[in-house]
Amino acid sequence: MTAPPDGIALAARSVSKQFGNLTALDAVSLEVRRGECVALIGESGSGKTTLLRCFNRLTDPDAGLVLVDGTDVGRMDPVALRRRVGYVPQESGLLPHWRVQRNAALVPWLRGAPDAEAQGERALALVGLDPAAIGPRWPRDLSGGQRQRVAVARALAGQPDIVLLDEPFGALDAITRADLQGTVIELRRRLGFTALLVTHDLAEAFLLADRVGVMHSGRLEQVASPDELRRSPATGYVRTLLARARVAQ
Amino acid sequence: MRAGRWILVGLAALAGGAPTPAGGQDGPGGPPVVVASKPFGESFLLAEMFAQLLEARGLRVDRRPGLGATEIAFAALRRGAIDVYPEYTGTGLLAILHQRPDPDPAAVYRRVSAEFLARYGVRWLPPLGFQNTYAIAVRRATADSLGLRTLSDLARAGPRLRAGLTADFIGRDDGLPGLARAYGLRFREVRALLPAVKYQALAAGGVDVIDGYSTDGLILKYDLTVLRDDRSFFPPYEAAAVVAPGLARRQPEAVAALTELSGRLSDAAMRALNRRVEVDGEPIPRVAAAALAALGLTTHAGAEAAAGRGLSAGPPVRDGLMAYLWAERRTLAALTARHLLLVAVSLAAAILVAVPLGLALERLKRGAEGVIRGVGVLQTIPGIALLAFMLPLLGIGVVPALVALFLYSLYPILRNTYTGVRTAAPDAVAAALALGMTPRQILRHVRLPLAAPLVMAGIRTAAVIDVGTATLAAFIGAGGLGEPIASGLALNDTRMILSGALPAALLALAVDALLGAGERLLKAGG
Repeated sequence: MTAPPDGIALAARSVSKQFGNLTALDAVSLEVRRGECVALIGESGSGKTTLLRCFNRLTDPDAGLVLVDGTDVGRMDPVALRRRVGYVPQESGLLPHWRVQRNAALVPWLRGAPDAEAQGERALALVGLDPAAIGPRWPRDLSGGQRQRVAVARALAGQPDIVLLDEPFGALDAITRADLQGTVIELRRRLGFTALLVTHDLAEAFLLADRVGVMHSGRLEQVASPDELRRSPATGYVRTLLARARVAQ
Repeated sequence: MRAGRWILVGLAALAGGAPTPAGGQDGPGGPPVVVASKPFGESFLLAEMFAQLLEARGLRVDRRPGLGATEIAFAALRRGAIDVYPEYTGTGLLAILHQRPDPDPAAVYRRVSAEFLARYGVRWLPPLGFQNTYAIAVRRATADSLGLRTLSDLARAGPRLRAGLTADFIGRDDGLPGLARAYGLRFREVRALLPAVKYQALAAGGVDVIDGYSTDGLILKYDLTVLRDDRSFFPPYEAAAVVAPGLARRQPEAVAALTELSGRLSDAAMRALNRRVEVDGEPIPRVAAAALAALGLTTHAGAEAAAGRGLSAGPPVRDGLMAYLWAERRTLAALTARHLLLVAVSLAAAILVAVPLGLALERLKRGAEGVIRGVGVLQTIPGIALLAFMLPLLGIGVVPALVALFLYSLYPILRNTYTGVRTAAPDAVAAALALGMTPRQILRHVRLPLAAPLVMAGIRTAAVIDVGTATLAAFIGAGGLGEPIASGLALNDTRMILSGALPAALLALAVDALLGAGERLLKAGG
């Protein structure tokens, strides 16, 4: 334990997870400091999404310890944990039979907040959507980018300290993706939440994250700042990844 | 809970709203005598004669015409669900007692009356006087060109001929299997045909040989040749009234009245009466009344009164369909109401069971497919067979009909509910879970609303199937639009079939439209 517990928002200690014969996580350890953004990058099947899902107990590890704000998540009620931690999936996952405003207000409503709708509207405004114009619409009437923006608003509506983003912009076109990336950078600057981002796009990782973790076959090969990663890749895999992504120069 | 009470209300309404003059309370002369028949013309006619004779002797009667077939009618009699129906000694011997045939009519009658009383407490009244044995018939032209006069001749020509036989005959030991053994008979092809279509199929050349009854009026109409049973294979089929165990004890006067018909009907007389019903299309109550009056068993005035009741006593010439429907409008309205109640109650019960079960199975996951397939297997049981299985438990009438319809409605609703909640927007379900919805909340706020259109579609499918299947209720005396269909099939009367089938089709469309409107309303509300 190098940092005091109050400085660490998310921690995984020797976390392992097996799906049948497949080793999804092989004794992975990671710490995310409060207010920091860490990106997990790797190929499909490298274990990055499994690691992210351990932090809101969508997956329970076979071995190791997962801590959120210093508490073992195994001892926490998963429903309460999930209502505390923001989450943005790849496909927006908006409830198709709920209007946008109700979707945005989901977490405050689940927590029983009397002003849930107002919290949802504030979140919509935060991500640059006009609650009066967009709120009454159905998800199917929005563009893909707008839907993903609503998903970000929904994750932030409960004012979480921690937000998990699981390839949030993977399905968007390049221009829309750049827009949303800008929005997330801006939101982090203003709100200062801790973020764990899973992506397969190294450029996105370098753009958004303070540190980048490279995963390969269930192992965390290296966790370092973009500069350090460029300067001194720790393994052959990291070197090839950087070379392939043409960001090494 | 509230819905459960509605089912009870529905059941009560069904029990009270019988279109037959059943009545719940015992009036003068004790409870009504329940007179039933099997679903073919002669059986209908004899049962109506029984009924009118009983009424002429001051007894009240509850008519249950057209019960499924031998198994259903006899099982109902054993249980005392019906009091009397016309049966044939040969059928009793072979199909019920499963004993070997015997060519001597008196010996067969002695055997069945003794055995039925000993085994089941059921009485055979003395025979009515005529025999109605199986008649293997061919077109006259076929008989002439192949030189067919006897069944031995037929055995020679069999491999060149196509037979159209009733399913009953194909399966019974005193039918095709025994006949084939006795005569070394083989056909080029054997097709199962409904009694209602076999004469037309033969006349039109679709088949070359059929099984009929020797007293069928249609043998005369189509000018057929009946082949002589030269080896006396078929046992004697003497017609007689069979009486339930309790009737003699409860109402001996009813048994006495029925015995008045014993020995009074000759082969020729019965064939002539059948011809009036099957060929000329005269209403059964009128033919029955005339027959009883001719036998001196009722007065002419009584016969007139009897003929005026039941089917309307129109002229014997057949009116057009519309005129018929108009003349029968009261009966048809009552049958339609009964039909609708059967469908509504069974469907409501199926919804109450299948929707929660579908949701529970979604939670269970493992084993769900097995359960759903098991329910699906129910769908493959033929309606009549299902009713026959349930008869020992539930008897005849409304209750077994409701249970059968309920079972048939389960599968579409269950399957659609399960698939609906299973496949509802997986992205949305995953996100709802990740953001802290409990499984119960996911079910209530995500899966169920998203599955609603599929669930509704399942309910609509079940409703339409139900309206069609409910026509089978007639075979166990539960009424509904199947009544004119079953009678029409038995009497070869297209007009009568349509008078049940058309309202049933309209009802199916109306029910589907109604549920569709309900669905739109639901959508607008949610």
